[in-house]
Amino acid sequence: MSVQPRRAYESDAMTDTVRLSGVGFGYAAAHRALRDVDLILPAGSFHFLTGASGAGKSTLLKLLTLAEHPQTGTLHLFGEDATTAPRRALPAFRRRMGVVFQDFRLLDHLSAFDNVALPLRLTGRKQADYADDVEEMLDWVGLGERMDERPPALSGGEKQRLAIARAVVTKPDLILADEPTGSVDAGMGERLLKLFQSLNRLGTTVLIASHDQALAKRSGATVLRLEGGRLTGGRV
Amino acid sequence: MIDRLFRTRAPLLPRDAGGEAWLTSLIAALCFLACLSAVGAVSADRAAHGWARQLQAEATVQVRPRVGETGAEAAARAAQTLAGVEGVSEAEAMDRETAEALLRPWVGDAVLPDLPIPYLVTVRLDQAAPASAVTLGRALAEAGLDATVDDHSQWRGEVERSARLITLLAAVAFLLTAGAAGSAVAYATRAGMAAQAGVINTLSLNGASDGAIAGLFQRRYGLLAAGAGAIGAGVAMSLVAALRLLGGTGGVTPALPLAWSDLLIFSPCPLLAATVAVVAARFTALARLKQGH
Repeated sequence: MSVQPRRAYESDAMTDTVRLSGVGFGYAAAHRALRDVDLILPAGSFHFLTGASGAGKSTLLKLLTLAEHPQTGTLHLFGEDATTAPRRALPAFRRRMGVVFQDFRLLDHLSAFDNVALPLRLTGRKQADYADDVEEMLDWVGLGERMDERPPALSGGEKQRLAIARAVVTKPDLILADEPTGSVDAGMGERLLKLFQSLNRLGTTVLIASHDQALAKRSGATVLRLEGGRLTGGRV
Repeated sequence: MIDRLFRTRAPLLPRDAGGEAWLTSLIAALCFLACLSAVGAVSADRAAHGWARQLQAEATVQVRPRVGETGAEAAARAAQTLAGVEGVSEAEAMDRETAEALLRPWVGDAVLPDLPIPYLVTVRLDQAAPASAVTLGRALAEAGLDATVDDHSQWRGEVERSARLITLLAAVAFLLTAGAAGSAVAYATRAGMAAQAGVINTLSLNGASDGAIAGLFQRRYGLLAAGAGAIGAGVAMSLVAALRLLGGTGGVTPALPLAWSDLLIFSPCPLLAATVAVVAARFTALARLKQGH
């Protein structure tokens, strides 16, 4: 089943941030994590992806981050075919996205500042050029006073906020977040949602995978639902 | 603001990306051995060329006396004849005592009085334009002397061949050492990449190219190898300096004459070690990343 956004996003093959057509993927022949998924995320759209554990949310995010390639179907990112993108092409795609992983994937040997600065540093920019942006982002997620701490010294919620700060610091074209509010309190969850909405208003496409149905409802975003590896429907 | 001025960028790879202490020790030891191979080759080459030059500057003539002439008289006449040949600096008949002194270490005192010792003339040749064996032989023949000229070319050839062989062996030892160092770095890179798989994955997902990730490993191991190379070269330098001080200009043995300038041979060691490490780490890391790490 093809799921189209119900809000009035302008969809176009050349400008859509994400286009999946007939995508299938399995970790073993007997178990298909994703089956025949069609999905379009137009530029500037905001979607929540819901579904029970094992429904395929994380697998779909893996395909979108190009950590895995679809076994069937096609995947287009930013208007370009990324279905079988070679390794050398991956950095160009990944530099246009910010990803919040469920397990945070912070670098424990780096300070909070250096973790947030990582994607900027990897583009070859000098620290003097991005230090203000990084500090501003750390202040925004409430870690301004802890920027020299390393992740092992931070709580689960602080790590999650740090991971979000890293994902959005480059103001990417696409934000993919896997349970980004799972480890924070309700107040911080609302605040982080507002951050995603602010970035979305600036034109960033946002896809959040979450169990939090209430948050999805409050966001006003299009909600997509995965069941048994199939995209079954969506609503605003 | 002040904090930011003093904030340094932490390395993207954790400090110990995989067995760096043992790798430093190993590369330092290999560099030490490579330095000793190199200085051994240079020293042996110097000794061989010194001996070859010495042999080239001399010829030995064996004189067989004619009827009615003693061996000593024939040798004296030959020396006189050769002294007048162009390209000869000096010619001297060897007396029996000198010849016996040369043979004594080989045959001992007991049999020397009974040995038929050949009558020899030592010829020192002009180093700038030495007379050839043919010229010397012709001059002796014209003087009516029955003599054989040995210009030491056979010995000189042997010495030069030995010098070439030593140089070749040293080159092989150097290449083997470099190969061993490269293999050690490749192994360490693979171990480091396995140990830091999570870091590499995070870097990749944040937009790092394979080249940039390989660059982290090549920089890490290049700097490590440069340091280890400096340690190995430093120890080798101390050893050679001590041998030079103990042995003087002749070195500890005549086969290995050492010069202070030999210490310069060690200077490129850190750079060479770093180059080998950088190449090995880069190729290994890129190959691993291409395989999907």
